[in-house]
Amino acid sequence: MQQVVQEIKNLSIGFTSKKGQQISILKNINTKIKKGETVGIVGESGSGKSTLALAMMGYVKHGLYTISGECLYQSNNILKMKNRELEGIRGRKIAMIPQNAGQSLTPNLKIGYQIDEALKLHTNLKKENRDNKISELLNKVRLPSPEAIAKRYPHELSGGQQQRVAVAMALAGNPDLLLLDEPTTGLDVTTQAHVLELLNFIAKDTGTSMVYVSHDLGAIAQVSDRVIVMYSGEIVLDGPVRNILKNPIHPYTYGLLKSIPKLTLSGLPDSMSGSQPQPGTIKQGCSFYVRCQFAEDKCKINSPKLEFVDEFNTSVRCFNHKKLHKQKSIDTSSSKQLINKIQKNEILDISSVSISYAKQKFLEQLLNKIDDSNPTVKDININIDKGETLALVGESGSGKSTILKSIAGLIKTKDGTIKFDKKKILSNDLKKRDANNLRAIQLIFQNPDESLNPNHTVEEIVSQPLKLYFGLTGEELKQKIIEVLEKVRLGEFYLTRYPRQLSGGEKQRVAVARAFAAKPDIILCDEVTSALDVSVQAAVLNLLQELKEDFGTTYIFVSHDLAVVRAISDRVAVLYQGRLCEIGPSDSVYKFPSHPYTEVLLGAVLEPDPDVKPKLVAEDIVEEKPPEKGCSFQGRCPRILGEICKTNVPPWQIDENGNAIRCHIKINDLKKQQKLN
Amino acid sequence: MNSTIKEEKPKNTISKVLEVILTMVSRPSGLIGLIILIFHVTLAITSPLYVPHDYKAIDPSLMLQPPSSEYWFGTDSLGRDVFTRTILGGRTALTVTFFGSLIALLWGGAVGIFCGLVGGKIDDVVMRIIDAFLSIPWILAMLLIVSLLGTSIIVLIPALGFFYGKGIVRVARAATHDVIAKDFIVSARARGHSNFSIIWNEILPNVRDAIMVEGAMRWSWMLLGFSSLSFLGFGVSPPTPDWGLMISNARGLMSFAYWSVLAPIFGLSSLIIGINLTADAFAKALGIDRSTKAPV
Repeated sequence: MQQVVQEIKNLSIGFTSKKGQQISILKNINTKIKKGETVGIVGESGSGKSTLALAMMGYVKHGLYTISGECLYQSNNILKMKNRELEGIRGRKIAMIPQNAGQSLTPNLKIGYQIDEALKLHTNLKKENRDNKISELLNKVRLPSPEAIAKRYPHELSGGQQQRVAVAMALAGNPDLLLLDEPTTGLDVTTQAHVLELLNFIAKDTGTSMVYVSHDLGAIAQVSDRVIVMYSGEIVLDGPVRNILKNPIHPYTYGLLKSIPKLTLSGLPDSMSGSQPQPGTIKQGCSFYVRCQFAEDKCKINSPKLEFVDEFNTSVRCFNHKKLHKQKSIDTSSSKQLINKIQKNEILDISSVSISYAKQKFLEQLLNKIDDSNPTVKDININIDKGETLALVGESGSGKSTILKSIAGLIKTKDGTIKFDKKKILSNDLKKRDANNLRAIQLIFQNPDESLNPNHTVEEIVSQPLKLYFGLTGEELKQKIIEVLEKVRLGEFYLTRYPRQLSGGEKQRVAVARAFAAKPDIILCDEVTSALDVSVQAAVLNLLQELKEDFGTTYIFVSHDLAVVRAISDRVAVLYQGRLCEIGPSDSVYKFPSHPYTEVLLGAVLEPDPDVKPKLVAEDIVEEKPPEKGCSFQGRCPRILGEICKTNVPPWQIDENGNAIRCHIKINDLKKQQKLN
Repeated sequence: MNSTIKEEKPKNTISKVLEVILTMVSRPSGLIGLIILIFHVTLAITSPLYVPHDYKAIDPSLMLQPPSSEYWFGTDSLGRDVFTRTILGGRTALTVTFFGSLIALLWGGAVGIFCGLVGGKIDDVVMRIIDAFLSIPWILAMLLIVSLLGTSIIVLIPALGFFYGKGIVRVARAATHDVIAKDFIVSARARGHSNFSIIWNEILPNVRDAIMVEGAMRWSWMLLGFSSLSFLGFGVSPPTPDWGLMISNARGLMSFAYWSVLAPIFGLSSLIIGINLTADAFAKALGIDRSTKAPV
């Protein structure tokens, strides 16, 4: 019998609503964290996973309180402890690693000083021993040259390095339990894979128990031994990672896994209808009833208990879990294939576009020229056909959003032209573009909370383009708004709602409706699904695809999520440091990644499968600026040839599938080398 | 699928205002502030109808009478009834400062939003001019204007409005900067809306609250400023009753006729407290969406 680090007994946490009702956010949570075990807690936003993680530290957010139950650490209930007692436990015995390390490190203190502070607080080491310990900790989290890092300020480190420092600080007190709240969510794909690998190593090396909270099943699959799936404040599934992800016996987990786009499969994933109920709205029955495809009448009246299934060594909260047994493993062959009618004429022609963020000096301002030999984005040549979905992928800083903004006219290009509809050159200056060109290109943004005016009703939001481009008024306008909303499957009663009254998916639908109201030819999608929950993401992707099939719109789709790109795009352009690396049909780019960077990127993608480990080919260094000369990827390339890569810009090569890559290595040699690995 | 979202009926302007007022009076400080403010405003509007004495009737035989049943707050050095003069004394101050802060609100808000939106050189130049004005002691500048153009209301209202609007420019500009980076503004720009349309439709609804609260705060400061001018003899001309002027006239007699100075002081300070409390509650009532959200 393994030693138990923490035990949660019958824990309920909630708040009292304005009407005096007691509303639970966590309902009767029972679980044990064993020594050396890594437990992943997954759930969509609002499922109570963060509240549970914080309760494990004896912290309950302001406005919330413990309704019943206890959280036992060494047989003491930490939820009832006084602050003084908690000080001895928090950070020392139970440590936390927050989501955004950049914000949790004090910006004006050096890294070494901050770790030293943690050591002073949590250990009894003397000054000279502490210095050694700092180096040891930084070494443990695999930061290069610890002495140099200790002398730096947080802003001098990259996001991945900051997260490593946060891990080092958490390890300072040699904790029994490490709580990680979405620790890799804001990081790039390659960095994320490296940090997760580090966490795995630390878990094995130190024997620390970990609780890993995330919405990302891919990350959970890589680190966890056991997974707890939460829905609406309840544990719905609790068992070993392989059983949960390969044979989910709860309909929610089943649906969730089906709605995740996979790297190995083209076509759109199935979406799950509806959204998670607000706390306090479910009075009786199963909280998943409304969205469940296996629901029966009894599910509406009785709430299922968490029941242990021997066969899978898993606890499940469902009456019908036996039915799901028979479904066996996840069947993904049903995913919908894209049917895009691509007409072979160029709707957008981007030729040798460069964009520079360099600030003009006073003299240059007078002469009205920009002198920048090494612009942020350089030499972009892409032709886009009508009805096509082109995806731009790359890590942060790859210039993908910058290119999108320059197409929309929000950023001025330095060189090159963007031609619309074969002949019309789009002006660099937004104010000089005519109304028709403006109408033809619409944008959808990442975060609908920011892209919808909080003080406008849905009606006002959707009416903006209709009034501006078509001059509609009165009844005609209203009819048109209703028509557009119907297209995105929102009923008429949404007209008077404000964005804050809508769920995340509904908000993004309104944003989509606003873009389509202009009857655009091209829609620029800037990370449109990354702020959404997984199940909602699939629904939005499906909606975008259907609208496209109806209207023949062209999409330019920017995303850092390679699996999403795989699902929706016809063609992919891979960018690194504002330079194109590879461009080609999605199928062939994903099947035979030829450019070394594409290979690195695809290798680092996390699949929600514990048996598929990411391949960590290149280092996760972040480069501030593109190199002055030679290939843009020279700094991180695992297949670097030598001097030629540093001096000459690599030539374009095209293979038989239509993949174009920019590399000095012959395309067929690259493929051979990649097959060997 | 929408059963989970709280049903909320669309609101028109009247019900929105009503909701704000209800939230304001739900706190004791807001309730007290609003009562004081309404009391003062009603008094200012209706007092000429029921004052017990003539405010300018001079009677040397009644000089510096202590409070009595006839003269509730006593009489001043010219034998005028202090009670009458006190309840009439807020009229000019309230009128001038109310319209003054309205002007401050309008020009300050307009310039602030415009500068925040366009940015660049125009913003730089305008803001430096504002800074230059901020560095001039306002009372000196006011004295200069008043001595050049006279002390009529027509001069005082715009002059006060101008000087108190400078602060609002900064607040409006900062509030605009908060929303300007949001994607809904970028989206409106990309659609090709004009600057005016962006200000009117996208920015104004989001900065309106901040500017209104700032305006309400400025009102009480302006009241104090206006009374200071009167105190110095540059505000209202005698014999029009005014608190600042009354305090100024009676300040030498404070040691033996405290009543003649106490009543106007009480009038002035209670009105300022009333406005401040109301403005505070107003701010809290407008910020309600964020603070009372369920802590999920």
